[in-house]
Amino acid sequence: MEDRTAVPPKGPKPLQKQEARLAWGMLLPTIVSIALIVVLPLLAIFWISFKPVSLGDLRAPSPIANERLRGELSAPGDRATIEYRLRNSHAQNRITGVELIDTIPEGLAIEELDDRCELAGQRLTCTLGDWEGGHRESLQLPVTAEIEFPDGPPNPRDSAPVLSGEGQSALTGWDLTLDNFIAVFDARDFLSVLWATVFYTVVGTIGALVAGLFAALLLNQTFRGRGVLRGLFLFPYVVPVIAAAFTWITLFDPFSGSANALLLQMGFTQGPINFFGERPLALIMVTVFEIWRYFPLSFLFILARMQAVDAGMFEAADMDGASPFQKFRYLLLPQLFGILSVLFLLRFIWTFNKFDDIFLLTGGNAGTRTLTVNVYEQAFAVSDIGAGAAVAVVIFFCLLGFSAIYFWALRHEEEL
Amino acid sequence: MKALHRGYVTSPVLIALWSVTTVIVVAIALALGTGTAARPSIPMSLLLGGAIGIAMPLLHRRSLVAIAAALIFAALTSIGFGPMEFGEEIGTLGGALAGAVTGLAVAFSASRIVGDLPFAGMDRHEFEHCVIRFLIGFGFVVFTASVLIPFGVMVATSLKSQQELLQNPLDYSIDLSKGWGLLRSYRELFVDYSFGSYLWTSFYVSVVTVLVTLLFSVPGAYAVARLRFKGQRHLSQSILLIYMVPMIVLALPIYMAFSVAGLRNSILGIVLIYPVTTIPVALYILQGYFKGIPVEIEEAGLMDGLSRLSVIRRITLPLCLPALASVSLYVFMIAWNEFLLAFMLLDDPSKFTLTRGVAMLNSSEIPRQHLMAGAVIASVPVLALFMGLERFLTQGLTAGSVKG
Repeated sequence: MEDRTAVPPKGPKPLQKQEARLAWGMLLPTIVSIALIVVLPLLAIFWISFKPVSLGDLRAPSPIANERLRGELSAPGDRATIEYRLRNSHAQNRITGVELIDTIPEGLAIEELDDRCELAGQRLTCTLGDWEGGHRESLQLPVTAEIEFPDGPPNPRDSAPVLSGEGQSALTGWDLTLDNFIAVFDARDFLSVLWATVFYTVVGTIGALVAGLFAALLLNQTFRGRGVLRGLFLFPYVVPVIAAAFTWITLFDPFSGSANALLLQMGFTQGPINFFGERPLALIMVTVFEIWRYFPLSFLFILARMQAVDAGMFEAADMDGASPFQKFRYLLLPQLFGILSVLFLLRFIWTFNKFDDIFLLTGGNAGTRTLTVNVYEQAFAVSDIGAGAAVAVVIFFCLLGFSAIYFWALRHEEEL
Repeated sequence: MKALHRGYVTSPVLIALWSVTTVIVVAIALALGTGTAARPSIPMSLLLGGAIGIAMPLLHRRSLVAIAAALIFAALTSIGFGPMEFGEEIGTLGGALAGAVTGLAVAFSASRIVGDLPFAGMDRHEFEHCVIRFLIGFGFVVFTASVLIPFGVMVATSLKSQQELLQNPLDYSIDLSKGWGLLRSYRELFVDYSFGSYLWTSFYVSVVTVLVTLLFSVPGAYAVARLRFKGQRHLSQSILLIYMVPMIVLALPIYMAFSVAGLRNSILGIVLIYPVTTIPVALYILQGYFKGIPVEIEEAGLMDGLSRLSVIRRITLPLCLPALASVSLYVFMIAWNEFLLAFMLLDDPSKFTLTRGVAMLNSSEIPRQHLMAGAVIASVPVLALFMGLERFLTQGLTAGSVKG
């Protein structure tokens, strides 16, 4: 007997399809913009990190000609030479199919034509072939005057020579190299960069978390002026980093800063301290700045979580005679564990990513150069874009690792 | 630990530490507020604090201890042997007054911290309570000072003249008799450095960033939160991942691409790039909100014949207004405070945003008070906005973003 039960159609139903289409349509602008400004640059960074490029190489190599007239030309029969000094603007990269086009002034006869050149009327066309990087030559055209020049000799420069050629940009081509990475890992200060990064990230993250927890404990009670203090504690996070950083620089200036004047006056030091210019003090100072600037964020999250904790639990603990520290350690802290670990991971990643703060405070000097500051230092200060990109790639892989841990922890958290 | 559980041990230790804290705070406040040279003496502060700490649980008469403390502090300070030493200019009377105030402050807080302690044996609860009271007091002092001092210095420096700053870098007292002359640095910034135009540039760049961000992220967040399609879950994770890529990694190729495309040094370039840095955050926060709206409301709209888009426009968005407000505020704050891209991409002073303009003031030729005035100008609008709408901002921040 034939089975007559209705079988649902396989595959997505039309309505589902329509919904999915709508969803992708709504996401499209975001995906396109992110692909353009995040994914594309990331790919570019990967590519550049394998190329030997410096800031100056960003321009494609181009042929350059300098034209001048050697000799006197005034009466018919006078002889002179038009000289083209030619060179490749780039030291390494070749230019293919170079061609020079120029107009020879009226009244000059060319005695001898270079065999690469052709003359049609006044129009000179020279096919100069391929130039290696750093190529230089001089092209000479002996000329004779056919007429008189009462106003002085004609200037061949009145018509500028036009050069064309296929220059290969330093960014294209398949000459890939690992030199950038080798240079980054081999550099004498690599260990110091690594140490600064680890110290800044770990101490900065934990410090901001602990300070935030402390501040949240302070404000997790009701008293007058609580709202004001709560707003005040968020100040460091809300103001532009540039305002906060320059205020700290002013405050801790070795010569005119108030901090030094205060310490001197109070007799805690004998001479001025260069807070942002001495090892290892500078690294400690930028880490303290990081803690100061980001404790409000942890504070906000922890306080929000604290206020959601069930008060009945503490009443029960009171009945059982738990002491304040016991209540904190055995009741409150386990409740906060979730938010603390999420905050730790996210803050860790963000602190690791931080660039502006150190760049503004010390510019990466005095042992405060972290990996992110190193990207800038290599690419712009040393002008070695390839090395900067290599550092950026190293950062990217570190982050990939951290994110994997984060997502793993997040899933773990959901299961709990 | 057991040895500490005695009033005559715990109390003097805590109060001695508290006394040092108070004396240092008073000295710093006097130095910064009046320009007086004040030098705290740590041993004397410890000694006197310890004495108060013993007297408090022993005598149990708070006002008596407080008066005695004020008198002793005043007497010792005026003969130059107290917990603080002052320069000549403050005089005996001033010294005595400062000493008395400090003594009263220490004794008053001592009565709050250890006022009800027994002199000898005490239990764990009493011990922990007084340690906690000490920590609370200490915490309030440290946190408040760490925020107030830098911001106070920022504002006060901007009101000074070069000469005053060189004369005494500690004197932040404000000479009100100068009237409008106090605001000289600000006037010069607006007149000579065209900060008015930077303010305007920053403002409209931020507003455009907010609008573009919302335009992109609202539909995107709705799709991720509500519509069912393949790869939905992965998408919301990759958004978070994108959000973790540091700007400095992207800044290098963006700088190169913008140089080639001629977008460097143009506000258009800035407005193109800022929203992309904020869309992932906004999308992430908004999808959380959208998920919180009951599906039934939307389904009712669909049943009544509304299309999906009009459901979003007429039902979902009006319900999400608070979320939209907090996301807008947050994005405004990010765009207003952004420094790195503005610094790398803008070179032409006529196109600077405010943060870029302040960065320009950091040079040895421009006096410090101008730099601080610039910092104040950059901070005030965002602080004012934040103070007025703190509730929204806090919501937005805690709703799923931990960006720094």
